[in-house]
Amino acid sequence: MGYDPENPMADRITDIGPPHFEQFFPEVVKKNYGKWLYHEITQPGVMMHKSETGDECWTVRVGAARLISIDLIREMCDIADAHCDGKLRFTTRNNVEFMVDDEAKVKPLMDDLAGRGNKFPIGGTGASASNCVHTQGWVHCHTPATDASGVVKAVMDELFEYFTSMKLPAKVKLALACCLNMCGAVHCSDIAILGVHRKPPMIDHDAISGLCELPLAIASCPLGAVKPAKATNSEGEEVKSVAVKHERCMFCGNCYTMCPAMPLADPDGDGIAILVGGKVSNARSNPTFSKMVIPFLPNTPPRWPETVDAVKNILETYAANANRYERIGEWAERIGWEKFFELTGIPFTMKCVDDYRLAYDTWRTTVSFKFTSHIK
Amino acid sequence: MPKHDTPLLDELESGPWPSFVTDIKRQAESKPECWDILGQLELSFKDRITHWKHGGIVGVFGYGGGIVGRYSDVPKEFPGVAHFHTVRLNQPSSKFYSSEKLRDICNLWEKYGSGMTNMHGSTGDLVLLGTTTDNLEPLFYDLTHDLKQDLGGSGSNLRTPACCLGKARCEWSCYDTQAACHHLTMHYQDEIHRPAFPYKFKFKFSGCPNDCVASAARSDFSVIGNWKGDIRVDAEAVKGYVNGDFTANGGAHGADVKLDVQADVCDLCPTHCMKLSGDKLFIDNSNCNHCMHCINMMPRALRPGAEQGATISVGAKAPILDGAQIATMVWPFVNVTPDNDFEDLIDKIENIWDWWMEVGKNRERVGETIMRVGLPTFLKVMEVEPIPQHVKEPRSNPYVFWQSEEVEGGFERDVKEFRKRHAQ
Repeated sequence: MGYDPENPMADRITDIGPPHFEQFFPEVVKKNYGKWLYHEITQPGVMMHKSETGDECWTVRVGAARLISIDLIREMCDIADAHCDGKLRFTTRNNVEFMVDDEAKVKPLMDDLAGRGNKFPIGGTGASASNCVHTQGWVHCHTPATDASGVVKAVMDELFEYFTSMKLPAKVKLALACCLNMCGAVHCSDIAILGVHRKPPMIDHDAISGLCELPLAIASCPLGAVKPAKATNSEGEEVKSVAVKHERCMFCGNCYTMCPAMPLADPDGDGIAILVGGKVSNARSNPTFSKMVIPFLPNTPPRWPETVDAVKNILETYAANANRYERIGEWAERIGWEKFFELTGIPFTMKCVDDYRLAYDTWRTTVSFKFTSHIK
Repeated sequence: MPKHDTPLLDELESGPWPSFVTDIKRQAESKPECWDILGQLELSFKDRITHWKHGGIVGVFGYGGGIVGRYSDVPKEFPGVAHFHTVRLNQPSSKFYSSEKLRDICNLWEKYGSGMTNMHGSTGDLVLLGTTTDNLEPLFYDLTHDLKQDLGGSGSNLRTPACCLGKARCEWSCYDTQAACHHLTMHYQDEIHRPAFPYKFKFKFSGCPNDCVASAARSDFSVIGNWKGDIRVDAEAVKGYVNGDFTANGGAHGADVKLDVQADVCDLCPTHCMKLSGDKLFIDNSNCNHCMHCINMMPRALRPGAEQGATISVGAKAPILDGAQIATMVWPFVNVTPDNDFEDLIDKIENIWDWWMEVGKNRERVGETIMRVGLPTFLKVMEVEPIPQHVKEPRSNPYVFWQSEEVEGGFERDVKEFRKRHAQ
């Protein structure tokens, strides 16, 4: 039996969907489903959930790289087998959670995790810096403006003490997307690291007619910068192609997504923008977008020191100045963004003034503001 | 033995955070193609640019999604990753696993792939990273026959739905997020596997307004648990908080941080609908906007109200193209229950799809379609009566698109009659 290449449709099974979730529940979860009463974070990375039945579920959360090997997953399975009756879960932020039904089982579990080098850092709960969710970057994507795993490793190394403690004013959700497509949806994060391009696409006149539907390439541009044009290929022949009006290009890369003959990635053109102050929770204030405060930092592998410093500076300025329970965006709103720029020392430039659609919503239309150092 | 020198990547082996470089090197001992992952990534670190080609349409027979084609642009130097396609496995709701299931997946990927994964991708899938075209069909056969699992979505289809862990281990979930996610995933297998939409469409299910899966930011159809009526109060536990017996915010700031109920709860309430008198807390529930702040602060004392359902918002997306959108609230309170097979959700989803598949342009997310035609048009098509909750504030411009039938006498008029009374 097994797959028969001569008869690929034999015994075909399709559309069976994912396995039902319930079979993977730890016993204490299965027994207390929908009966939870309250929770308590007893130390960084450790949560106790109390049920109406009196049962307790103790969870130990560990950070992980999103990019992990099957050998590492097997090691996680070993830990789950040794301590958690073979059950574990992953969070939306790439953490792993090991659950036990008794406080007495927590310490042996934590000792086991701690005994495995730096593979399983415990933390990421409460008023901590979260694991930095991210996209693929140079390890697997065709449109990135920066790497993902490398930048995140460098940033998390530097913010490690904030992941393993709960000393920030509130939770800080970190995210990286390696281009403006934002597969990682970083647009509502406390601190977002975003790969950006800064050079318009090149046009490969030799390849464009074979690779692209020209009308789709033209229609892909939200600003009408891509126009039909005749061009000469390297054989000296006239070919139907496109031209790009550089002054209209906003470097979104959508044309490249539609047309592989329009690459725009570039070692010097590409880099990182930093956006801050977004959130999705409704607590206290509305969900809101992250705002761009640093339009560009260079790609400097392997450790992106400019990006790491920028993130750490924002985080620590926030930690030193915000009220408890205040998210970064709430803090910036309360003190005013002019004060945010003054306190962080981040230079405010024209690039931070919106000139895209709906930009007017972000312009100040009141004369109440603060006289920060920006006003000379 | 390493196949390539990786001096830049090697610098990412130090530091306290887990190193993906160390991990890949360890995996390379049994999966030598991992050396070429490192080799090509090192080249990208050196060149500061990606070395993956654009696209490549590959898949398994009968499916239009679930596999993402990927080819190296330097295949001669790194033959182990010349083809490096992604396989998206539909994860179980809220990502609980047994070690047995995970080991089966690891064994499958040891046999057919690079041994590297993402746990998980941004949409929610368990992502298997890097295999060849020839391996796709055998992998799919073993996946469906032996593991009884299936692929997730990619392309212009329903993307793999995702949810928070809901009632499994959270006291705030106002509906069964996992059951809803699983049921709709099973119900819409065809839409997940065969692209038929103008562009991608995402469902995400959060159990309460804390929105732990960022449903409002990331999903075209966002289902966020909510409650009507009074927040449930345990008066004894309120006393405990007032007396400093319990930590603030469920211990989120450490064991030493106690709650000042007046300052931390009442004064930070956005609607100021709470009052503390002695050790008694009074809530004017009619003025509560369900933000969750007080409940987050005092989990032992407060819980969402007992009449529970969900609020449905539509049209979130990341910035490409017209800028990011947070989902717009459309249905304030919907019954979400397995008792009727989630038909209140299904009706709404299918109304949206019927309309969007007709009027949506190629590569236009539903939120952009709504932006283009206006929220009033969308509400009309959905047969939703407008309510003040649909807007943050009423419009400030006077340009109402009155319809002929709404205006006495209609739009047709006789200019000659007009001129009899009003000389040119």
